[in-house]
This record gives sequence, C-alpha cells and structure tokens, in this order.
Amino acid sequence: MTTLADGIWQQMFNFDHYGELLALVRNSLVVGAALGLVGGLAGVFVMMRDLPFAVHGISELSFAGASAALLLGTNIVAGSITGSLLASAAIGVLGTRARDRNSVIGIIMPFGLGLGVLFLALYKGRAANKFGLLTGQIVAVDTPQTTWLLATSAVVLAALAVMWRPLTFASTDPDVAAARGVPVRALSLAFMLVLGLAVALSVQIVGALLVLSLVVTPAAAAARVTASPVLLPLLSVVFAVASIEGGILLALGSSIPISPYVTTISFLLYVVCRLAGRRRSRRWGVRATGAQPA
Amino acid sequence: MPPLPRPRTPDTPVISLRDAALSYGDRTVWRGVELDVRPGEFLAVLGPNGAGKTSFVRALLGQQPLSAGTLTVLGRPAREASRHIGYVPQQAALSAQAMLRARDLVRFGIDGHHFGPRLRTAAVHRRVDEILAAVGASAYADVPLGLLSGGERQRVRIGQALATDPRILLCDEPLLSLDLHHQRAVTELVDARRRSHDTAVVFVTHEINPVLDLVDRVLYLARGGHRIGTPQEVLTSESLSRLYGTRVDVVRVHGRVVVVGVPDEPLAPAPPHHAPVRDGVRL
Repeated sequence: MTTLADGIWQQMFNFDHYGELLALVRNSLVVGAALGLVGGLAGVFVMMRDLPFAVHGISELSFAGASAALLLGTNIVAGSITGSLLASAAIGVLGTRARDRNSVIGIIMPFGLGLGVLFLALYKGRAANKFGLLTGQIVAVDTPQTTWLLATSAVVLAALAVMWRPLTFASTDPDVAAARGVPVRALSLAFMLVLGLAVALSVQIVGALLVLSLVVTPAAAAARVTASPVLLPLLSVVFAVASIEGGILLALGSSIPISPYVTTISFLLYVVCRLAGRRRSRRWGVRATGAQPA
Repeated sequence: MPPLPRPRTPDTPVISLRDAALSYGDRTVWRGVELDVRPGEFLAVLGPNGAGKTSFVRALLGQQPLSAGTLTVLGRPAREASRHIGYVPQQAALSAQAMLRARDLVRFGIDGHHFGPRLRTAAVHRRVDEILAAVGASAYADVPLGLLSGGERQRVRIGQALATDPRILLCDEPLLSLDLHHQRAVTELVDARRRSHDTAVVFVTHEINPVLDLVDRVLYLARGGHRIGTPQEVLTSESLSRLYGTRVDVVRVHGRVVVVGVPDEPLAPAPPHHAPVRDGVRL
C-alpha cells in the first residue's frame, strides 16, 4: 500500500536532477510568462463579455488545426492558430446575440473535436504528441515554436493595448458606447479574433481541453476581489502567470502532463479569491436590493 | 453646479425635425413630425409600446436613418452630434458590469470611446469626482456596479450622461423599476441640470405623472400618428381619442393624469402574468 502511494507521489512530484531539467525548459518558462500575460488579459474580457463557452469552442477547433498540422508534418502552432481564427471568426460573425452565439459554438465544437480525432487517428507518429495537444505539454516547446508563440503573443498584446478602453466600454455598457460612436460590432469581431490567437497559444501549453483554466479562471478569481480597472487585469495576469509557471516547475520532474498542476493552482487561487470576496460582498451587499452580485 | 450664462441665441433649436418619418418596410412608425426642441426645454415622449419611442431615440442618436424628412441636432446631421447628447439608456441586466465600479462608468462617459492608452489621468480623475458629487453618488463611487441598487445606478447613469457637458439630455425610460423616492431623486437631478445649464431634456417614458410638473411639451406617439403640444393640449380626451381613432378618456385626479380606454396595441407584447394594463390602469 505504502509503496503504491510512494510510487504515485514519485510520479507526481520528483525533484531529482532539478537543475539540469530546469535548463531544458527555459524556453517553456519564457513562453509560459508570455502566455500568462495574454491569457490573464484576454480573460478579463472573456468574463465581461460572458464568453467562457466560446473559449472552449475555439480551443476545440484550434486542436483540430494543430492535429491537422501534426498529420501533415507542418508547423503545429500555425495549424492551431488557423483553426482558432476560423472558429472565432465564425462565432464572431454568426453569433452576435448571446443565444445565437451559444448554439453556433455548440455546433462548431463537436465538429472541431471530431476533425481533431480523425487527424490524430490517421497520424502514425509518437503518441505523446497526440496526447499533448489535448492535455498539454512543456518539453515540446522548441526554439522555432518559441519564436512563433512569442510573436503571436506580441500581436495579441498590441491589439489589446490599442482597443482596451473602447472594448471595456463596449463590453460593459454597449448601448451608451454605441451612442458615443464606439464601433461596438467591429470591436466585438476584433476581440473574437484576438481571443482566437490567445486560445491557440494556450492550447500549446495546457492543451485544448484545459484552456479555460488559463483564459477564464484567473480573471474570474480577480473579479471576486476587485472591481478596479487597473487592479483587475493586473491580478488576473499575476494569477495566470503563477498558475502556468508553478505548473511547469512542479511538472518538471514528474511523468505527468503539466495541465493538472496548472488547473489545480488556478482553481485554488479562485477558491481563495472567492472566500476573500465574500467579505467584499458583505460590506457592500446591503445596498443590493434588486441587483445580484455576479 | 453654478449656473452658466445662457447661450447667445436662446431660441435656436437644439433638435429640429422637419416632416420626419420612420418606417420599417411597409409599416410606418411615425410620419410628418415637425418639432423644434429649444435649449432648456423639457420634452416628454409618450406612447404605448411599439409606437416608435425607441426608434425616436435611435434616430436622435444617429443610429436609425429617417425614411423621409430631415432631423438635425445642433444644426448638424444627428450622427455627427452624438458627442453633444448625454444618453441615459433603459436599464438592462447588469451582471457583467459587476466587474467595474460606479466611477468607471462615469469615466467612460468622458473618454471611453478613445482608442489607445489613457493620458491626462489626473484631470479626468478630478472631473469624475466632481460629477459623482454633483449627482450625489460619491458615497458609492468605488462600489462595483453589480452591487448598486436601481436608484443608485440611475444616479451614476445620469452622471455618466452629464460627463461631457451635453447640450441635450436624452433619457430612455429612466424611471423604470424605481420606487417613488428614487423616481423623484432622478427627475430632480435631470431638472436641476436643465435649469443650471439650459440643457434640453428629451424624456422617453410610458408614465408621465412623475414628470408632469416639469414637462414643457409632450410628443405623444401612437398608431402611426402623433400629437405635439403642452400636456394640457395633448393629454385630453378629445386629442387622444382622435389619435387612437377610438374613445379614450383622460381624467385628472389629484394632479395626476389617468388615461383610460387605450386599445391594446397589436404589436405590443402583453406584460406577462398580469391582467391587461392600459396605460397604467389595470382593468
């Protein structure tokens, strides 16, 4: 019994030869930081615009794109980005209203997943590559991939920096924003594309099934403890970076994929924030007669 | 707020409609509207659901082109004048907004439409604080919007609308789901602004009584037609009977106006789980 438990423990946490391993994943740590930044910031708008389901839908098509690239032997990041952008454009164009959007996503998602399964079934290479696309990987981040991931992150960050303010306005207060001349529809589509890129990046590290833990959970956690437009994205980024870097460092010596570590850290951060946020609601909750705290 | 000097030409209308019509396909919502709204004037837009009140708002904001006639706001096409209109929208569910604070909503009113990073923060901060104080919302400036009551949120909304010092204040059903106390507070805010800054007020409402004492003129929309005039002229049995094409009685009781006998609009969705309500009177 004890040996079994020790064995599992050894699989989950093993810090032998840690220094040497650390050197191997330096690229992953750099990419992880960029990804935390992108996921944490995009997540703020995913929460404001109520898009968690869209994130999930996009990630399944991103997975299909990546597995197609794997099968064809082309660049996996590029394949992943192509799938993501196709999905986010479809959701952005067809799903203007929330109800339409959810059904569009519900239709796109299984189709993407099915395509991905098909491509992986046809692929005759290493099984670890297949599994990695769904549940995450770290060592697979090599130098050309790093360049792709960092460049895409830069594009996402630049786009967010430019449209941050009107996008916040349009996301929280669309009627008044439209009245003040903010291009609400165009921004909505633009954000879907940016989100597509952010999701494609996250798929590379945590895998298609667990993207939400990077793009939604950190922002949702931050929203429990602050409503400041400065502190909210900042905390969200801190949580996302902590989850992903913590996950990489813990997964390093183990024989388990990185994703359970990332998802557990981000979930625990959320639980802590949720408990801390209860104090805030108590302080201000008395005034909320009709309004429900989100 | 200190009173500002009146504009040099107090009689130049801020909103001007000439033979204005709006239709969707075959259905004419309203037509032949001739209307000048002057600075400091309080115009109430009344009418049953589906009579085109919302279309009127959208036209003023430049979001809905007229099908005939002209509409100018401050002498320009409506689309170019939206900066000068302070808009208080209908209350919507605000769950997503719980992520931002009252002061952030006001701030959107000042610079929310600009792309790129934020500059000149200190001056904007001061302005937001001034506005929040002016509408009496300083106490909950840092409370997340989702935790505010309806009345508090509406004060913040008016602050947001006034943030750009607009020449026109356009309120779309701002009293909806507010209790009497908050209704009064909101109408007083609007009226104070009108008096201090000569801001024209366009107040869309299905219930005139809370603002009856403040209203200069009424635009009553119904059945593709309309009436324009003082409340005394428009809200009479004769005038509304002609507008609706059937007998409508307007009764004045205790300083309130009660309209009885308005036929159900075929396009209006019936209020759920209620006995038929005809202009505020349950039958």
